[in-house]
Amino acid sequence: MPVSISSSKLIYQSLKDVGVRLVSALPETWLVHLIRMAEEDREMQLVRLAKEEEGVGISAGAHLAGVSSAMLMQNHGFLASVNGIVSCAQLYRIPLLMLISHRGEFGERDPWQTEGGGVTIHVLDALRIPHARLESPDHVGTRIHKAHTLAKSASRPVALLLCRDLMWEEA
Amino acid sequence: MKRRDAMEAVYGQLDRCVVVTIMGAVAAELQSIGHRPNFFYLQHAMGLASSMGLGIALARPELKVVVFDGDGSILMNLGGLTTLARYRPRNLVHVVFDNESLLSVGGFPTATSTGSDIAGMALAAGIARASTVRTLDAFRAAFFDALATDDLTTIVAKVEAVGPSGYVTDLSLLENRYQFQRYLREARSVER
Repeated sequence: MPVSISSSKLIYQSLKDVGVRLVSALPETWLVHLIRMAEEDREMQLVRLAKEEEGVGISAGAHLAGVSSAMLMQNHGFLASVNGIVSCAQLYRIPLLMLISHRGEFGERDPWQTEGGGVTIHVLDALRIPHARLESPDHVGTRIHKAHTLAKSASRPVALLLCRDLMWEEA
Repeated sequence: MKRRDAMEAVYGQLDRCVVVTIMGAVAAELQSIGHRPNFFYLQHAMGLASSMGLGIALARPELKVVVFDGDGSILMNLGGLTTLARYRPRNLVHVVFDNESLLSVGGFPTATSTGSDIAGMALAAGIARASTVRTLDAFRAAFFDALATDDLTTIVAKVEAVGPSGYVTDLSLLENRYQFQRYLREARSVER
């Protein structure tokens, strides 16, 4: 499976560097290495979810209790979380750090992933959630750091889109 | 059993706990009994009170966390029962007030009115300590037992579909949120 191990390591280390100690996740192909890294790291609490919206509540609780967290999900999982984002994280000013694997863009081979790619950014904009793309390894450290900084200072959700050119190494 | 009476019966124990409630009657009634800085009322996001409780319980294992949930809310997040069971936070007491109704929006019956069994679903999800209580004495006993036991417990309390006359209270949402966060921060510094 050509999911980039080196990019996954870079992302994971950047999350650790900004102080993330709890990660909620639902498996998706591009996230497999990140989830495994969280699972094998004794300093990290991994919470495997049944549905992504749960992660909003878990991150909200962790934040109020003093623990920094991140959500790992596919863009379809983000779409499944919208009410929780609006009526928990935005209503209560919770700094969510969302890492969203941005499936369905140019190069997507799975027909079932193609609708989500076209609407994700529009939904983020409609929700007034600041977002940035991670497309190459040199984006990772600085953008995760800046996204985390804004999430904290604004007390609002922010999103980083994990893009194909970063996550997928064509064989 | 009335939900307000049930909360009043255990109110004296709640000052040692961190409490997360759902919206509607539960939030309004607990505030009418008496708000405390360690109480957080999730006034929307139906279904996520139990997930918030899990987040707090995992982040702060030294604290006892109590969630006051409802049938309408937990039915929106049944998958969350499997997540609770999977991580089994031993410091979490999950109370579901089951009035078989969506009371605050007109009393429409939920599926528990036609036989869906929340405690049964919690047990099947893997929460071994899950039970249903139908009287105030049984609720009080189950709650005290859960507080004294170092394990995840789900208590489904069958209550009457009656609530307060209104749901908006004097406590603003963000005031509650920041007060609660400050309480959790100070609870940490006291221990150290």
